[in-house]
Order: sequence, then structure tokens, then C-alpha cells
Amino acid sequence: MPLTEPMPAPTYDPETRAALAELLLSLADDEFVIGFWDSEWTGIAPMLEEDVAASSIAQDEIGHARALYELLADLTGDEADRIAFGRAAGDYRHAALLNHARGDWAFTVARRFVYEHADAVRLEALARSSHEPLAGLATKMRREESYHLMHFDLWLRRLAESSGEARSRLEAALARCLPEARSVFTPLAGEARLVEAGILPEPLDALRIRWIERVTPLLSELGLPTPEAQAPEPDGRTRRTDEFRWLHSEFTMVAGSEEGALW
Amino acid sequence: MSEAAVWAALADVPDPEIPSISVVDLGVIRGVQVDGERLTVEMLPTFVGCPAIELMRAQIGERLALLSDDVVVKLSFAEPWTSDRITPDGREKLRGAGFAPPAGIGLADELAMMPIATCPYCGSRNTTLENPFGPTLCRAIYHCADCRQPFEQFKRI
Repeated sequence: MPLTEPMPAPTYDPETRAALAELLLSLADDEFVIGFWDSEWTGIAPMLEEDVAASSIAQDEIGHARALYELLADLTGDEADRIAFGRAAGDYRHAALLNHARGDWAFTVARRFVYEHADAVRLEALARSSHEPLAGLATKMRREESYHLMHFDLWLRRLAESSGEARSRLEAALARCLPEARSVFTPLAGEARLVEAGILPEPLDALRIRWIERVTPLLSELGLPTPEAQAPEPDGRTRRTDEFRWLHSEFTMVAGSEEGALW
Repeated sequence: MSEAAVWAALADVPDPEIPSISVVDLGVIRGVQVDGERLTVEMLPTFVGCPAIELMRAQIGERLALLSDDVVVKLSFAEPWTSDRITPDGREKLRGAGFAPPAGIGLADELAMMPIATCPYCGSRNTTLENPFGPTLCRAIYHCADCRQPFEQFKRI
């Protein structure tokens, strides 16, 4: 059953509608994929409290993905489950940052830290979207995500202030994640139309600059590397890895074995 | 049929995860409309990913089916559900069930977690936050240093 009653869709011209669909798909796929990677920590996180926290955060993200897939389904007349589970691995549009397996705990913390702040900047803008269903959902998601932000700021500090292995693993993880985080802000096809219509209140490139301003103070304070102002690569939301193809085979296993299965 | 009758019926529907509190106490009902036989209830999810949403929605539908054959339960994100929507009655019922009710939060965009909650068992403020994430999305875990009980807080959000 859909999470929300389909609202009467505003009438957009075909190009704007296609661009909005691309935006919703990128948002939903980000939350969906990171939610699945994080769910793998259930039972094997570094401590019991973290088992609970990682699982709870993963559940939030999958919930956000579901609500976003439903907004997309309302717009295109599709079904959320089909969008989530019925695509080939190459048709997902999550940021390249989320292509990699969960790695060690330091990698999860580093990726989460850069992603949560990118997501926060994006949601802050989308809460002002002229597409009302998206603005309402972004406003609600933002309140939930603030708990994730606090959690991973704390973990970043905890690992950074440790001596020895924890710190060096964190530095190695940040060296991978910081340059790739810009993929979250990869320009979308038709983005100019979204900005013009107020659906995306600011260009993604402006949000990327704000993200850099936002993560730099804490990273500097902890003596960690800070992000450089490189523009995203054009394939930031289309290149895929074997690790993601494996994850895709996992999360489509039930849907693939029984077409139209409900659970 | 009056709107008041619908609200009274909704007060019978428990929260599936904390059954001592009703969906009305929890503040998830945004509005009720009576239009002839058609009853429309608008519901605000506590958390977007709450797995109890569908159950809550089904239970509301079943209870209202006793009043009318034409019931629509709509979910909405038109405004965010916040923990401030829990009624004073609801807060007392939470405390009675061993949950610390959330402190007020307002509509601030960046939430600051309360490092301390009041112990629902002994009333002490000598408590510490053990984990902002608990057994369900809406609960955080604390420990009371005075009565030495772990307890849960309905999350402030």
C-alpha cells in the first residue's frame, strides 16, 4: 500500500517532469543504497550500542527511500517497489561515494560523516522546494537526520582523538571518501529547469560549496584532511562497481525469485 | 455523525508499539472530516520509516468501520509530526508505562538532543544518555544513577 495518498500532481511540462523524476530517483537511490550497506552492521558492529544505532539509522534511511520512491511513483504513474527492486544494477542513480562496501568501521564513519553533511545541505534546500510533497517530506526527514549527524560527528571525533590504529584507519578512509563525496552533487540532466521552477531552490554546485564550508571546521579542528573544491565528475551518478553489483544481487534476490512478491 | 464521535473512536486505537497510549494521545491525527457517510482521517507518521505505520493505519480503519462503511485514512507529510504533539495525557501515560516523555522542542531545524531525561521510575534527573538510538526508531536509552534502572525516553524530535 502506498505510504501516502497520491496528491494531485502539479502539471509540469515534460522536461521539468523528467528532471524532477531524475532528482527524486537520485535522492531515493542514495538513501536506499546507504541504508542497505549500513544494515550489514546489524549484529557485528564494534559494540552492542552501535549494533542498535547502525540498525536504527539504516531503518531510517530505507524508510526515507521508500517515501521518496513513492513521490516518484506518484509523478510517473509507476510503483515504488518496482522502482526500488525492478531495475538493473546499471540503472541506479546513487552517488559514486555509495558504490563501495561498508569496509571497516573507520570507512563507515568517514563515509557517513561526509554523506550526512551533504544530505543535510541538500535537505535544507529541498525543505524550501516549490514541489510541496517534496518540501514536506524533506522537512520531516531533516529532523530525523539531525540524530544521524550528531552521531557521526561524535564518532569522527572519537576515532580522530584515538591514538594509533583508529586514527590511521580514519585518515585512510577520509582519503578515499573526501574526493568522492562531491559525487553527491553531480549535476542532474535538466537541473537548470528545476532551479528555474524553484523545485531545487539552489543549484547543486552551490550546495557543494556549502557542504565544504560545513565539514571543514570540524575536520580542521581534529587535524584531519579537508575537502578540495573540485567539481564533480560527469559520471558521478552513473559509474558502478562490482561491490555495488553484488549488493544489488542481494537486495533484489526476493523480488527476483518471485515476481510481484509482497512482504 | 459528529467529528467528536470520530475522535472518541480514535481514542480507542492504541499505538502498536506502546499500547498504553492511543493514536490521539500520540498526536498523529492531524484532522478528521465528516462528509455524509465519508469519514476522512489525516495521519502524520511519527517517523518516516516507522514500521508500525501500516498497522496503525489498518487499526484506525477497522475501528472507524464500526461507525461508517466509507472510511479513508490518509498519511501526510504536510507538516512534520513532532514530539510536541504528544498530549499532556499522553505524556502521563508514557511515564506510567516506564517511558520518559520527551521535553519540548519547538520547530527548530537543527535538533539538540537532551543529555538528561527525568527517570520515569524515581523522578531523578541524575541520568545519562546511553544511546540516542533504541529498540524502535522513536526511543532513546538512558540510565538512572539513583535507582540504577535503564529506561527509555520517547525520542525528542
